Amino acid sequence: MNLGFDVVDLEPADPPGVGETAPGFRRPLVTDEHWEDVALSDLTDEGPVVLLFHTMDGDFPATYIWQEVRDRGWDEYGAAVVGCSISTPYEHSRFLEEWGLEAFRLFSDPANDVAEAYGVSHDLDGMHGIHEPRPAVFVIDGDRTVRHAWVATEWPEFPPYAALEDAIESLEP
Amino acid sequence: MQDDDTDPAITLYRLQACPFCERVLRTLDELDVPYHSRFVEARHSRRDGVKRRSGARTVPAIVDASTGVTMSESANIVEYLETTYGGGSTDPGLATARAAGEAE
Repeated sequence: MNLGFDVVDLEPADPPGVGETAPGFRRPLVTDEHWEDVALSDLTDEGPVVLLFHTMDGDFPATYIWQEVRDRGWDEYGAAVVGCSISTPYEHSRFLEEWGLEAFRLFSDPANDVAEAYGVSHDLDGMHGIHEPRPAVFVIDGDRTVRHAWVATEWPEFPPYAALEDAIESLEP
Repeated sequence: MQDDDTDPAITLYRLQACPFCERVLRTLDELDVPYHSRFVEARHSRRDGVKRRSGARTVPAIVDASTGVTMSESANIVEYLETTYGGGSTDPGLATARAAGEAE
């Protein structure tokens, strides 16, 4: 992004690297209609997973990313494309409906423990006591191995969609 | 999900803090029946998914894949569970007749 001035650098991240096992977790997984506890391994047992950490469910950082993912047709991949933010299941469900994201599901993690486990947490300036994931995307194979990882280093920064698509497509049979 | 090792046949649709739902949960736990626990929102306009699966927008509702039964209303469900999984002798037909009128 070239704005003619410096954007904020995020503090260093410590994500699992390519070839490492993606940290396991179990959280409510939300659709536009309901939610239930689901483990990451439940999803990887079925095939590849794209785990997309995003900011809380509001305009604009989360909506920019998810509209792009929707418009690029990531739901058509043979991978489960799931989000994770600190928003509650109620917020997630409305977010999916409001933005036409019914093809996707979002993990709810208000305590931000999953982002901590993935080393992608971000303390929000001016929202005392709230920390959340910075934008980050992990492409995880059916063995729960990280095959591709991208983590934002600036605020804001948006995923390199085309590079991620190459990584997702490389996992498809 | 109550059990990590199996895929429970029963899916329970529930609402946070709904006493009728808690009643069904107590019965499932007492009978040691595994289940998927699926939360929905309170307002009925948000319950199309429940209606599609159970035929009604009320919760609690269960879908039992092992018997093909879908059922709403806690009194019905409790009787069904006790009859099907509790070794009880209640006629399942009676459960419908005794349906309580709750409409959460």
